Amino acid sequence: MVEVKTADQLNKKFLRDGMWPTIFCNGCGHGVVLEYTLWALEELGWDMDKTVFASGIGCSSRMPGYINADGLHTTHGRAIAFATGIKAANPDLNLIIFTGDGDCAGIGGNHFIHAARRNMDMTVIMINNFIYGMTGGQLAPTAPLGSIATTAPYGNIEPPFDICNLAKALGANYVARWTVTHPYQPIKSVKDALSKKGFSLVEFLAPCPTAFGRRNKLGDIKKHWEWYDNNTILIEDYERIMNYGTEKEKEEVKDMFPIGVFQDLNNPGFFERYEKLVDRVMGGSPKTPVKAKAVVQK
Amino acid sequence: MVYKRDPKKIREVLGNKVQFLLGDMACVYGGLLAGVSFFGGYPITPASEVAEGMARMLPRVGGTYIQMEDEIGSIAAVIGAAWGGAKSMTATSGPGFSLMMENYGFAVMTETPCVIVNVQRTGPSTGQPTLGAQGDMMQARYGTHGDLEALAFAPSTVQECLDLTIEAFNLSEKYRNPVCVMTDGEMGHLRERIVIPDEKDLKLINRVEATISKNKYIPFTNSQTVKGSKVPDFPTFGIGYHTYVTGLTHNEKGFPATDKQKDHERLVKRITEKITDDADKLVKVEKFNLDDADTVFVTYGASARPAETAMEIARSKGKKVGLLTLKIVWPFPEKIVAKLAKQVDKIIVPEMNLGQIYHPVREAACGNCEVEVAPKIGGEMHLPVELLKYLGVK
Repeated sequence: MVEVKTADQLNKKFLRDGMWPTIFCNGCGHGVVLEYTLWALEELGWDMDKTVFASGIGCSSRMPGYINADGLHTTHGRAIAFATGIKAANPDLNLIIFTGDGDCAGIGGNHFIHAARRNMDMTVIMINNFIYGMTGGQLAPTAPLGSIATTAPYGNIEPPFDICNLAKALGANYVARWTVTHPYQPIKSVKDALSKKGFSLVEFLAPCPTAFGRRNKLGDIKKHWEWYDNNTILIEDYERIMNYGTEKEKEEVKDMFPIGVFQDLNNPGFFERYEKLVDRVMGGSPKTPVKAKAVVQK
Repeated sequence: MVYKRDPKKIREVLGNKVQFLLGDMACVYGGLLAGVSFFGGYPITPASEVAEGMARMLPRVGGTYIQMEDEIGSIAAVIGAAWGGAKSMTATSGPGFSLMMENYGFAVMTETPCVIVNVQRTGPSTGQPTLGAQGDMMQARYGTHGDLEALAFAPSTVQECLDLTIEAFNLSEKYRNPVCVMTDGEMGHLRERIVIPDEKDLKLINRVEATISKNKYIPFTNSQTVKGSKVPDFPTFGIGYHTYVTGLTHNEKGFPATDKQKDHERLVKRITEKITDDADKLVKVEKFNLDDADTVFVTYGASARPAETAMEIARSKGKKVGLLTLKIVWPFPEKIVAKLAKQVDKIIVPEMNLGQIYHPVREAACGNCEVEVAPKIGGEMHLPVELLKYLGVK
């Protein structure tokens, strides 16, 4: 196998023929997340015959189409539930879910919550662009307070969803947030997430110049991308300042997005627990079938 | 570990060959015999016993039971499991069936084999949770958006709950389409004697898995293995075909073709014709006393029981009454009903709704005989005496 050193080689190795060009607009962050994911996969050396991508509806959910692997492009918000079934049928498969903020935190919130709670063995890559991009810029559950959307023409009055802290609270094994403007940490982070048993989440803050940046006067594509550098702070710094900083420092960072690794645990995933259960009820004591038979006949 | 059907283990878990069994449990037995290895469910009366039975038995045969967060997640996981290679099923009742409608359409569009047991209760909305009805018959056919052909069974005995669940798996595997088992609260909570069919008498159909070389493989077209079949070979995830499966209109390669009229027409015609082409083969009815009948009941599911009694009473009083019980409701056995309409004076359609299957019956009868619905709602079955009134028998 040829060693992959350039983006061209990476694309050639991982991308599907016949699906180009992508649907993504100029300045969109999705292609970058795709690229980071592929670099992580390349570094892990995973067998793409055993790697399945699932997605829901939205721009981010089109990503499995571009990757030369099995992909299930499902209904809006439901990819995680579909992936649960795929994994159950064949636990040898690696499951990666591409989803957006609307798909995951909006319509698919319930599936996300419960998969995280179950520590379901899969990696969710949520691309958060603060907006429903594909449908033309409607209000997302992650939209910052005051931001403008076609369905919030006078500014958003709803506090946004913090999906990383939600997953953390639910005990997901791995939770991280990055922006598309920092290449190195996210690739490592996706690699760590993929290597985990149980549920892992990597959230990417990604620009949508067409539907979000334009309407919220974030400037041209370059300026919009810079906005992410200027409005994020490493979670370690954020927590230090919020705990020990001066009031002035706190005021400066309180509206910034903390980025970094939120949680890194090694609890057993759902299928490790389930396999133990199957072993317990199938094998072991010869009395088990007799007992269970009595229950059946009741 | 991927599930492998082990007949010995399944029979050990099911127990005695002859049992006095709950209708809902008979669906569990049918599923296990058919080789189900994934069940995703959510509690709902009067279908919960199916999930409970699966939770108890599936792990013991090496399958996976997961109680999902809702019915949307249940059907989603069931479809996902099918793509992972499993025979998979879920069970629900009206409100859950309504929630499943979007993904039911997804299963049709992506040609995913799976089985949905709907233990119908009264509606609309929450209705009467513990009581039976047949109000979802049209929903199984037309409940999701877009053009599709439905496959749906309606058992009228507990034994049929078992047998037709196996059949439902067979049709879903054969046609790569979701199949509904439209039982109801009466059937689900009825206990009757059942006989578990022997292994040698079981005819199980498994989907045709893709085997053609990868560069020649076309995922969404007529079978490349079975000549003349409009059902594509199944590229189970993980075997290397790298298939893109989408609910969007897709071309034969599986790629989105959302602005292409011809691709949409070709796709939807193929996924409907794979069923309509076989409509005659798919007929499954039971005929009682039709030869000399001038009046017949055409019915299905629980309603067939009082209809049978009413027919017998009427016969004992010299009335020439027959009964046609539909075991498969969708596709509707149009030709049989059309022929019957030319032979008899009147068709009566007893249903536990205000008239649903009455409509395709009337359409098939095409004015050749009188067609009357005998509705009963509110969670009670027809009494035979109520049906006798439609026959003019006191």
